[in-house]
Amino acid sequence: MTEQAVSATSVPRTPVLETRGICKSFGALRASRDISLDLRPGEIHAIIGPNGAGKSTLIGQICGTIKPDTGSVHLLGKDVTHEATRMRARAGLGRTFQISSLAMEDTVLQNAVLGALGASGKPWRFWKDALHDRSLTQTAEEALVRVGLEDLARHRTAELSHGQRRQLEVAVALTLRPKALVMDEPMAGMGPEGSRLLTGFLDRLRHEAPILLVEHDMDAVFSLADRISVLVYGEVIATGSVEEIRANAAVREAYLGDEA
Amino acid sequence: MTRETYVNAFTLALFVAIPLWAVVADEPFTITLMTRAAIFAIAAVGLNIALGLGGLVSLGHAVFFGLGGYSMGILAHHAQTYTALAEWPLLIEGTKSMPVIWLTAIVVSSLAALVIGILSLRTAGVYFIMITLAFGQMFFFFAISWSEYGGEDGLSIYVRNGFPGLDTLVPIQFYGLCLGLLCLVLVFAWRLAKSPFGLALNAARQAPLRVETVGLDPARLRLIAFVLSGAIAGLAGALFADLNRFVSPVMFSWQTSGEIMIFVILGGVGRLFGPVVGALVFVALEHWLGGLSEFWHIYLGLLLLLIVLFARGGLIGLVAGREAVHD
Repeated sequence: MTEQAVSATSVPRTPVLETRGICKSFGALRASRDISLDLRPGEIHAIIGPNGAGKSTLIGQICGTIKPDTGSVHLLGKDVTHEATRMRARAGLGRTFQISSLAMEDTVLQNAVLGALGASGKPWRFWKDALHDRSLTQTAEEALVRVGLEDLARHRTAELSHGQRRQLEVAVALTLRPKALVMDEPMAGMGPEGSRLLTGFLDRLRHEAPILLVEHDMDAVFSLADRISVLVYGEVIATGSVEEIRANAAVREAYLGDEA
Repeated sequence: MTRETYVNAFTLALFVAIPLWAVVADEPFTITLMTRAAIFAIAAVGLNIALGLGGLVSLGHAVFFGLGGYSMGILAHHAQTYTALAEWPLLIEGTKSMPVIWLTAIVVSSLAALVIGILSLRTAGVYFIMITLAFGQMFFFFAISWSEYGGEDGLSIYVRNGFPGLDTLVPIQFYGLCLGLLCLVLVFAWRLAKSPFGLALNAARQAPLRVETVGLDPARLRLIAFVLSGAIAGLAGALFADLNRFVSPVMFSWQTSGEIMIFVILGGVGRLFGPVVGALVFVALEHWLGGLSEFWHIYLGLLLLLIVLFARGGLIGLVAGREAVHD
């Protein structure tokens, strides 16, 4: 390998997503304390931490549902701190929710088409059947195939199992062709088989869009993450590779306990 | 075909068969009742776009119904008194032409819905109900005090307005017009529910955060739904005024808003024909029970209570079961 080639791959690429010193307090509770972290192309960056560590608040600030008191959020190099959730979505931020937030009365396909519709940016059409619009259904069906839900496309979302709803969450996010993904506990409530399949899927997905992954399933985190950040009482106490985090004394004490 | 499709077809058949029977049997009053039902149905189909698709519990749709009524009343009043509505900056004269009146009603009520929507859609839940109700009361009291157009007594129009090629004074002909408009409005509501806009609006009701997360604005979707909804209610108001040849502030009253909502709930919220069934049943009950007792609203209340408690899909849900998954 020539020196030039080495430097080309080792040059730190600009992060896709970045928080710079964000702080957020709710009354006396300091939910985020000067959090700076980033998500680089091609990686899975896992956020772990005990319950109440401020993971959801952090995600809220990254996705735009919560405004930080100070600090800023950058997406693809652009400051999006003051932009609404939907503008961040348009700029390429995909998100899956901890508690499935899908249109339960609608079919699986309709939920995926909603994503495609959002990506198209053209919801102001009042006549043509959305489910007969190839430009929308094609994107939606492709995303469903990728998560393995194509056979359930005509089923009501409410009929899906918990794990299948998680898969649909991912599919909807994929229809946006995201440049970065934020996933809030995608494995929660999944059986071992589903968890294994999703782990394999996310493993491949990182090359398409890097993933900021909040997850409680430590097996998944340790097998997937390129980097891990540990959040305790609203503060990042450590960021590093899987080995570094496993070896970190403060992390073991604060969180991992016997599990590591 | 699903069971609901049969129920819908049967309902439509009633709207054709009953008036035809009434013509043969020479029962003009029945035609008037059916006209009333068709007009109420149009208003309720309008409300159902906001309520059923958008989840917007508006207790202020009487504003649009009333504005439609007063659009007709004011235009026809100036036409029958040969006075100008405005002379400056440009001369606006009254008219007795239904298409012009309908268009005016639709434009006026859309604009009102746009303004009311911008102000009230910032709130949700019970606050939204209260704000829409408050707007209704504002218009109600304004109409009462507007003595130029009859104030509390309302405005009488001596001759029904005209439609090219028809004699609108013949009950069945005016009924045909109303039924035609009802069908048009139904086709529009049907297409709307399946359209990209309808899909997004439907999702915004169930999971607003999801809609935002895919890059769409739930607030704007709701606003447009509210405007479309108000426009249709306005058209119904113009027809209702023409049916009675009379407009009064009662059209703006909160009871009117409540009745339009009752049509929707009675028939089935979010169902295409829910408002139609609801309006038909309401007019039938109003007629039969109203003949038995002055206090017929008690029975209506009981029925409504039963529906809300035991048949969440309204009468249509009761007969046709759960909504089919359309594909």
